[in-house]
Amino acid sequence: MERKLENIENQFETFQILNEEGKVVNEEAMPNLSDEELKELMQRMVYTRILDQRSIALNRQGRLGFYAPTAGQEASQLGTQFALEKEDFILPGYRDVPQLIWHGLPLYQAFLFSRGHFHGNQMPEGVNALSPQIIIGAQYIQTAGVALGMKKRGSKSVAITYTGDGGTSQGDFYEGMNFAGAYKAPAIFVVQNNRFAISVPVEKQTAAKTLAQKAVAAGIEGIQVDGMDVLAVYAATKQARERAVNGEGPTLIETLTYRYGPHTMAGDDPTRYRTDELDNEWEKKDPLVRFRKYLEGKGLWSEDEENKVIEKAKEEIKAAIKKADEQPKQKVSDLIKNMYEELPAHLQEQLEEYEAKESK
Amino acid sequence: MAQMTMIQAITDALRTELKNDENVLVFGEDVGQNGGVFRATEGLQAEFGEDRVFDTPLAESGIGGLAFGLSMQGFRPVPEIQFFGFVYEVMDAINGQIARIRYRSGGTQHAPVTFRSPFGGGVHTPELHADSLEGLVAQQPGLKVVIPSTPYDAKGLLISSIRDNDPVVFLEHMKLYRSFRGEVPEEEYTIELGKADVKREGSDVTLVAYGAMVHSCLKAAEELEKDGIQAEVIDLRTVMPIDLETILKSVEKTNRVVVVQEAQRQAGMASYIVSQIQERAILHLEAPILTVAAPDTVYAFTQAEEVWLPNYNDIIEKVNKVINF
Repeated sequence: MERKLENIENQFETFQILNEEGKVVNEEAMPNLSDEELKELMQRMVYTRILDQRSIALNRQGRLGFYAPTAGQEASQLGTQFALEKEDFILPGYRDVPQLIWHGLPLYQAFLFSRGHFHGNQMPEGVNALSPQIIIGAQYIQTAGVALGMKKRGSKSVAITYTGDGGTSQGDFYEGMNFAGAYKAPAIFVVQNNRFAISVPVEKQTAAKTLAQKAVAAGIEGIQVDGMDVLAVYAATKQARERAVNGEGPTLIETLTYRYGPHTMAGDDPTRYRTDELDNEWEKKDPLVRFRKYLEGKGLWSEDEENKVIEKAKEEIKAAIKKADEQPKQKVSDLIKNMYEELPAHLQEQLEEYEAKESK
Repeated sequence: MAQMTMIQAITDALRTELKNDENVLVFGEDVGQNGGVFRATEGLQAEFGEDRVFDTPLAESGIGGLAFGLSMQGFRPVPEIQFFGFVYEVMDAINGQIARIRYRSGGTQHAPVTFRSPFGGGVHTPELHADSLEGLVAQQPGLKVVIPSTPYDAKGLLISSIRDNDPVVFLEHMKLYRSFRGEVPEEEYTIELGKADVKREGSDVTLVAYGAMVHSCLKAAEELEKDGIQAEVIDLRTVMPIDLETILKSVEKTNRVVVVQEAQRQAGMASYIVSQIQERAILHLEAPILTVAAPDTVYAFTQAEEVWLPNYNDIIEKVNKVINF
């Protein structure tokens, strides 16, 4: 008998443009990006790598709070975001703060999110996004709603969301894709498959050979991309965006990537579940290394250029931390005021109670 | 004035708001062409089109997420959860997401979603259809929970719920859907959320109730009157936030209280109401506050349902206890 499952799985070959050596292996898929845009992508990846290093250091000094490291995933995160327009709506997971920053969330607010201050979640006017979602999968079903809303409004924009390999096991993952598919809503579902859901390897997460193939059951497009190759990630997202705004429905994009750091800075120890060999194997695929080689080959990048970005990042991070430090401390009375449009009597009573405490 | 059943009043409210505000969307399982399993959305898709009134795939969590996402695009979603016993499937969307977004976003985003859902015992449903689960949502800060007891209240409260800029869970007792008709104005009107209604005035004892139990209380009050006991019946209408002012005013007059709910003793709103009365009005009380509620089992199998559900005799018994204390 014909093995139908195998036939499906074998269709999901990894889409790649730049190989590990920074050589173009898929010329015809090359996205149409100007030299300036190519440099901008590199600048953002370098900047974000520095931001990650500084965030980890700040966390260790007790100056940051909740933080989920991003190093290794820059191509997946920034390549997808680079394909968006300003009016597109991002529904991030908790590791997806870089996309928010490049979509317009000021850096000091990203730090305030880490520090547990609600101003970190107050998207400035015109930044179309939610704050990072904590529940795995919740953002997938919400994305179906945002995208359906866009379709009803007749806007030529898309809703894009992110989860990890673990997130694909949640019912909400499937429900989100299925709803968006049924309504042909302009949604892009990104799975950053970094191989571990905290400690559980993707092989224990599912019997599916690829996560991209999960699109098949929902009747939507799916593609597996080399998530360490920023050009492939960008090209796949760009195409998914075009399909979405043309009314052709949602796309699931699986990016094969790796997080170099721990799950979060709250005590996770990756040596308990990962080997040095595996870390080394993935570091050879590093998105910055290969893109740097590619740009250097084109004469678009130099050490000097890179150092300028590093210095700029360090300065801006320092300034942003200073601004975050200056933010007024959050009060319980502020929290109470944000519960309802108009405070019901019981909360009015509690507001007075806490305002009295706070004025002491 | 028109005579309507509660289900007709609900349809009327939905129609009113679909007409009033193009951002109002009505959706859920079978609500489109079929008009919903109880016909609450009867004729609405034909009148307003599939863009405004539509069927969803069969997944409650997806319905909740859809509502959340649509509200981020400025819509005013009115999703139906086919039976409130299915709420466990959509708990994260309601309590974890929609209830919290105003707070989470520091007041910059909000989700004006009105979840409508049938619940309530006495109609011989299969398991997980009839449970009184209002406590699960009333305990989540950020939500409002509304339970009407009459057709008139249902229309006014549903219009107010849909217009409210905070999320509302609007629970419709199945036994009340078609059991009686009441006067319902054809024009639009609102009833303020968070305001109770004194359904019957009395001076000897206060009965605090909501949903179908309001009618059990009214029946008990009629019987008690034969023995010369005048019971005041307060219909909460909104169970979160609770109108303590109306309750306390009544307690100061009657000095005796029985709180009545269909939910189990450990569930529902009774414990909260009792604690609030004793904190604020203990010196006005001549007797302990008693409660009438179902036993603390999982909702009864239909064969035992009639005995399991609190009824007017249970109320009379507790009233006599507080009167003769």
